[in-house]
Amino acid sequence: MIASRVGRAVRLQLADVGGAARLFLQVLARSGTALLRFGLVREQVFFLGNRSLSIIGVSGLFVGFVLALQGYYTLQRYGSAEAVGLLVALSLVRELGPVVTALLFAGRAGTSLTAEIGLMKAGEQLTAMEMMAVDPLTRVLAPRFWGGVIAMPLLAAVFSAVGIIGGWLVAVPLIGIDAGSFWSQMQGGVDVWADVGNGVIKSLVFGVTVTFVALLQGYACKPTPEGVSQATTRTVVVSSLAVLALDFVLTAMMFSI
Amino acid sequence: MAPSTSPLSPASPFLIELRDVSCGYGERVILEKVNLRIPRGKVLALIGTSGGGKTTVLRLLGRQIRPIQGQVLFDGQDLAPLNLDQLYAVRRRMGMLFQFGALFTDLSVFENVAFPLREHTKLPEAMIRDLVLMKLNAVGLRGARDLMPSEVSGGMARRVALARAIALDPDLVLYDEPFAGLDPISLGVAARLIRDLNDALGLTSVIVSHDLHETFGIADEVAMIANGRVVAQGTPDELRHSEDPLVKQFVGAHADGPVRFHQPAVPVAQDFGVAA
Repeated sequence: MIASRVGRAVRLQLADVGGAARLFLQVLARSGTALLRFGLVREQVFFLGNRSLSIIGVSGLFVGFVLALQGYYTLQRYGSAEAVGLLVALSLVRELGPVVTALLFAGRAGTSLTAEIGLMKAGEQLTAMEMMAVDPLTRVLAPRFWGGVIAMPLLAAVFSAVGIIGGWLVAVPLIGIDAGSFWSQMQGGVDVWADVGNGVIKSLVFGVTVTFVALLQGYACKPTPEGVSQATTRTVVVSSLAVLALDFVLTAMMFSI
Repeated sequence: MAPSTSPLSPASPFLIELRDVSCGYGERVILEKVNLRIPRGKVLALIGTSGGGKTTVLRLLGRQIRPIQGQVLFDGQDLAPLNLDQLYAVRRRMGMLFQFGALFTDLSVFENVAFPLREHTKLPEAMIRDLVLMKLNAVGLRGARDLMPSEVSGGMARRVALARAIALDPDLVLYDEPFAGLDPISLGVAARLIRDLNDALGLTSVIVSHDLHETFGIADEVAMIANGRVVAQGTPDELRHSEDPLVKQFVGAHADGPVRFHQPAVPVAQDFGVAA
């Protein structure tokens, strides 16, 4: 009895994973058509990216402030407070930029994607589209997917840039570290490929993950008010956990290369 | 060889044929060996009790679902084996009006009607504008072109959806409960529109409705579906005067008859603890 219950639960989970993988491949297969109509993708970059800009900017600024303060606290013990610029830049570009942006993106843009697709489903808009011989995967899901994938690295770059400015504000005018040391240490210590490149790869992977999870939850949700609300919650939970887990995997891979 | 699909040389007087169609969800059988033929150019109404299978017929016609058994033919072509491209080619010849319109809420009234034209044609913008305004004019909403779906009433939304459904000049229009929740004026307008558009554009229309008065007023033929079968089919007058007890109960709106008022239950005496 217990074995059959466990078996059933495992089978249902596997079916969900299979369904998700199938949808992912279907969206990828339709990407060519969606990217050719770039206006649709550009619209989504605007919706997802531009509207997340304020939350990303403000968060980046505060994270930069805190990084500089905490970095100074540790570094001054070793007499290398000038390296705070390098610490802020590396932390942001390699780690915090991509990760925090992805978490904020999941909360800001991911939830709105899930709710939008879920409500389109509940209002029979997706069925109406199918009956008009328009494939919702090509017309609705694929442009949103690529919109998210393109927006994420751009937002992460904004986050890191604003964070560095925040770090400078705390380190230079407030604490009084020499501006020349602050910038030159950063310039000398940050490698374009090893540091910035790895950050960009991370944010691309997170862009794919968060956007796809949001689309999947919206597309697969029960077309009822509680179904949409549960799907929205799942978007935040699943994509946040996926981002944190993937971050570990990616970081480990990048260290081993 | 595939049958001719040109409306000018019809292969059969029937645009739609259901041949021994059985259909269900899981183990629940909704339709059992249903046979139904819908003549070209006519308005057919599907009536019947709730859960009796009317909407399932509509879903079969658009191949939103496939039958377990039997064939659904659209213009002589079996819908079941079509791949997605072939299915979409057939669906371009169909329009569907959903119960609450299913308008795209992020697009204006104009853009909703323009949607199928933009997706399926490469017409210049000026021609799309003219076509959209013509369709909107046909449903009396040329003046509402700039409104958003949230700014129009339920009746207007359904008229916009009707304009969108006929945007590509389909051969068949499917109506899912087009009269549900409309005030008497909107209801009369919707019914008149369905009939007039059917005749003016040479469509074939299938209406699923509970509103017998409006439906009987505009339909050429009525099919009653109950318990997964077509129990009666004929002109509205034939159904009005039918002696079949189920049809009589439905058309006369009697509370009790072959469709029981009471759900099957233990005897009343047993439930209330009194002697029978």
